[in-house]
Amino acid sequence: MIMTDTVIKCNSVYKIFGTNAKKMLQEANGNVDAKTFQKNGCIVGVNNASFEVSRGEMLVVMGLSGSGKSTLLRCISRLTDATAGKIYIEDQDLLSLNNKELIELRRNKMGMVFQSFALLPHKTVLENIAFPLQIKGVKDQECINKAMDMVKLVGLDGRENYFPRELSGGQQQRVGIARSLAVEPDIWFLDEPFSALDPLIRKEMQDEFLRLQEKLQKTIMFITHDFDEALKLADRIAIMKDGIIEQLDTPANIVLNPATEYVKKFTEEVPREKVLKIEDVMEKPNNENLSDLKFSKNEIIENVAEKILTQEKSVAVIDENNKIVGTLHPSKIIHTVFGGRKNKG
Amino acid sequence: MELLKRYPKLFQWLFLLVVFFTLCFTIEVPETYKFIRGQAEFIKDPNQSTYTLFGIEVRYYAFDTLWRLPPLLGWLPIWINDSLFFLLNDWMPIEIWNEDIQEYKTRPLVLQITRTLTSSMTFLIELIREILLGGVETIVAFTSWDWISENSWAKLPGLPWTVVAAGAAILGYKLSGKGLAIFAGIVMIYISIFGQWKPSMQTLSFILVAAPLSFIFGLSLGIMAFKSKRVEKALHPILLVMQTMPQYAVLVPAIVLFGVGDHAAVIITMVVAVPPMILLTLLGLRGVSPEVIEAGRMSGCNNLQLMFKVLIPTARRDILIGVNQVIMVCFSMAVISAFIGAKGLGFNLLLALNQLNIGLALEAGLCISLIAILLDKMSLAWANKQTDYFGNLTFFQRHKNTLFFAGAVLIAVIFAYAGSFYFKEGFNYLYEVPHNKGISTADFWNKGVDWIWDTFFHTLKIFNTWLIVDVLQPMRAAYLRMPIVATFVLVMGAGYIIGGIRSAIVVGGLTLFIALSPWWDRALVTTYMATFGVIISCTIGVTVGTLCSQNEYTKNFMLAVCDIFQTFPSFVYLIPVMMLFGVTDTSVLIAVIVYATIPATRYTIEGLRSVPTALHDAGSMSGVTKLQRLLNIEFPIAFPHMMLGLNQTIVFALFMVIIGAFIGTEDLGQYILKALSDRKGAGIGLTLGICVAFIGLIFDNLIRTWVEKRKKHLGID
Repeated sequence: MIMTDTVIKCNSVYKIFGTNAKKMLQEANGNVDAKTFQKNGCIVGVNNASFEVSRGEMLVVMGLSGSGKSTLLRCISRLTDATAGKIYIEDQDLLSLNNKELIELRRNKMGMVFQSFALLPHKTVLENIAFPLQIKGVKDQECINKAMDMVKLVGLDGRENYFPRELSGGQQQRVGIARSLAVEPDIWFLDEPFSALDPLIRKEMQDEFLRLQEKLQKTIMFITHDFDEALKLADRIAIMKDGIIEQLDTPANIVLNPATEYVKKFTEEVPREKVLKIEDVMEKPNNENLSDLKFSKNEIIENVAEKILTQEKSVAVIDENNKIVGTLHPSKIIHTVFGGRKNKG
Repeated sequence: MELLKRYPKLFQWLFLLVVFFTLCFTIEVPETYKFIRGQAEFIKDPNQSTYTLFGIEVRYYAFDTLWRLPPLLGWLPIWINDSLFFLLNDWMPIEIWNEDIQEYKTRPLVLQITRTLTSSMTFLIELIREILLGGVETIVAFTSWDWISENSWAKLPGLPWTVVAAGAAILGYKLSGKGLAIFAGIVMIYISIFGQWKPSMQTLSFILVAAPLSFIFGLSLGIMAFKSKRVEKALHPILLVMQTMPQYAVLVPAIVLFGVGDHAAVIITMVVAVPPMILLTLLGLRGVSPEVIEAGRMSGCNNLQLMFKVLIPTARRDILIGVNQVIMVCFSMAVISAFIGAKGLGFNLLLALNQLNIGLALEAGLCISLIAILLDKMSLAWANKQTDYFGNLTFFQRHKNTLFFAGAVLIAVIFAYAGSFYFKEGFNYLYEVPHNKGISTADFWNKGVDWIWDTFFHTLKIFNTWLIVDVLQPMRAAYLRMPIVATFVLVMGAGYIIGGIRSAIVVGGLTLFIALSPWWDRALVTTYMATFGVIISCTIGVTVGTLCSQNEYTKNFMLAVCDIFQTFPSFVYLIPVMMLFGVTDTSVLIAVIVYATIPATRYTIEGLRSVPTALHDAGSMSGVTKLQRLLNIEFPIAFPHMMLGLNQTIVFALFMVIIGAFIGTEDLGQYILKALSDRKGAGIGLTLGICVAFIGLIFDNLIRTWVEKRKKHLGID
């Protein structure tokens, strides 16, 4: 993860549905209470969302249905206009763009994947993928070549002349992914892309997605209602409830220090050894006696726990440059795995 | 009491019926009442009462208002007429530069507009007609008659029929392959060798103008309605009325506005064909999932691209049904507009029917139907066509269709030229087979009709007499015996039980309009004929549909049959029944039944098909028999959809009843037909049309309200 600059920046974004939303928001003076708004016929979609996403970072927005996560995404892609607040895409004020500039931005910088795939039923796989390019006005031959590259990228070679209805759900979503990548966008929005898929296919697609991201290093906003998926994919997770971002942090911090009761409900069931890395639980290096084993700080605990537990002394934790950055005592592993669950019956 | 609580609706209905019949039997028929031919015909009769409104005197026979309402709307047709004339002749005169006399002339605005429309339509039709048949009118449009007489060579040569046939076949091949190519070729050859070439091409030129224009207008209005709520709200009532308005009725005002001839026919056709196109466009666009629209937006579509590359193609299914409807209406109108002087097959068909030459009528009807099916299939194939991006084609492969066509033109022209030497008698068969010089099977059919008459005369007559004397006349008498109060109680009561007070007021208002018009009795006759047709159609349609739904093969077969039958212009249905039953009410009713059975069957099959398989399986696992499953599972679920079919059946039946006026009925249709030949008929025709439309709308409102409630109750979308 390279933290260079901010790509997406949100400043107290509100989205409230209803006829007199703007007026009510002004009267509320920043204190938006969903219930009072609902009484007056307004529904609060996003409530005071502020965050930043850096280049190459993957922010996963997690929440149950109705939590406003999709609305937040649509505000940032400006598929709906936010009621109040500021959104910056690479320092451009998104809400001040006129229609033409917005289209330009979408044609060059943004790609989006949808839950129900949203493929055009009358176009073949290839035509669907080439669609954003054709819209942009790229020459036919170029479109086809580029689209063919995308077909190969998502592993659909040989099916480019199929129609969406002839493909399975997973394959359709591959087309959706390829389409969103065809214009080589910097920012990639994914709205519950794998929710409509079977569990096995979903896992396969998640791995595939990680592989792609490894290669492409896009700035990503990923929406999901599946906490495990969020943990697996995210650099940082934003947990939303009733339009409010309850907690925004790295997966490890969320698991270790849930900020609210609501977040805790999700984290309780999570097997920590599968989520946490060594660096999340290590201690500062001191001059104690270390065993001979060394582990990279990016290892997931589960993968190395067995080896560490055979040691009696602390093991060394090293970074990419082989420098010791911390130590880890076997007892800490046991504490991490079992310690947090004492209050469970 | 227990029962009453359990079935409240049932008791409401029973109560309604009791009140209705009590009213019917307690209100006596007034002694002066006889089934008067038109209560407001403006003949003076000492028994008539009069009233004056807006300076227009209306005469009518006064009855007890419980029995019949006075025709307070009697002034409406006259008023409509007067305002039409005023609009045309006096309103907003503007200065127009006249080419011929080289000076400004004053002309009313509306007249100028209609004349401009008329001349542009005429130009379009003539252009296509002369490409197909040859002529000088198009050249005249650019130059003048003087120029033509000076330059005798200036004449568009018509295409030899061989070229058109080859062209149609190649187009068919390009669009969908061998099957369509063969079909297109056969249709064109059939038309030609049966000597129907000229009228067919006239009809075709009419269609080729009317259909695309209707499509474009319908699509753009549909798009506008989709984009703006206000446009939709403004269009909604017009669309509703137009959907149930018989096509006949539009003819009359159109004559006043646009005169007689092909151009007027095109305009009327557009008036009739555009509403269903708008509705289906709207339906299709509404059905596009919001995510697809978002996907389009995120691909960077501007509004235009979003509409034409995302929304319309995605809504293709419904829009295609709209195209199909447009083509259907166009062909239907191609026949009906023969009444106002449109040339072509329709004119021949009407002429043949008038002369009771069933054989000729049959041939012309077959031609129309074949062209209709051909165009329908071609438009469908065109919409489904795919582009091949990878074909590494040679020059020949890429242009082979064009090359073939060029070749065909060349060969055909040589043949036609050679033919001009070979056929010395003046008819060049390789260029155009003249009317009446082709093969004709008319004699054969006429003999067949005669044979049927000779052989089955007795049987048919017995059936006919039985039907008329024992079924139709009592039914008609029963309808006419209905006092107006009873009718209102029945209609509004039904509205109240089904949809509450709102529905009751709507249907009551619609009925009131008809009741206050001078044609209440006629409307009752129309309703009786339509009801009779609908009852039989539904019985047949539901039975056939249910039986055919039992297996996949017959189901698809039946749907295909419905498709084909639906493509036939409505007038064509009159031919075979006239063959069998001659000019009687029975003929009309049988045509009504045949025509209206199509939607009944189709909607039954579709309704049954929409029953989820999970429910089938659940039924099977509960151990139901086939019959039990049908009665307890499939029918209740499919019923709302089948009721929509009933709605369509009623509309179809009404249309056919009105068209049946041509054979000779005594209902509203007869008056519309009369209004056609009346110089002051525009107002009458329009008012009558609205009356028919309102009959349809009463049923439409009741059925739709019921279906919506039922669907909500069942939890189907």
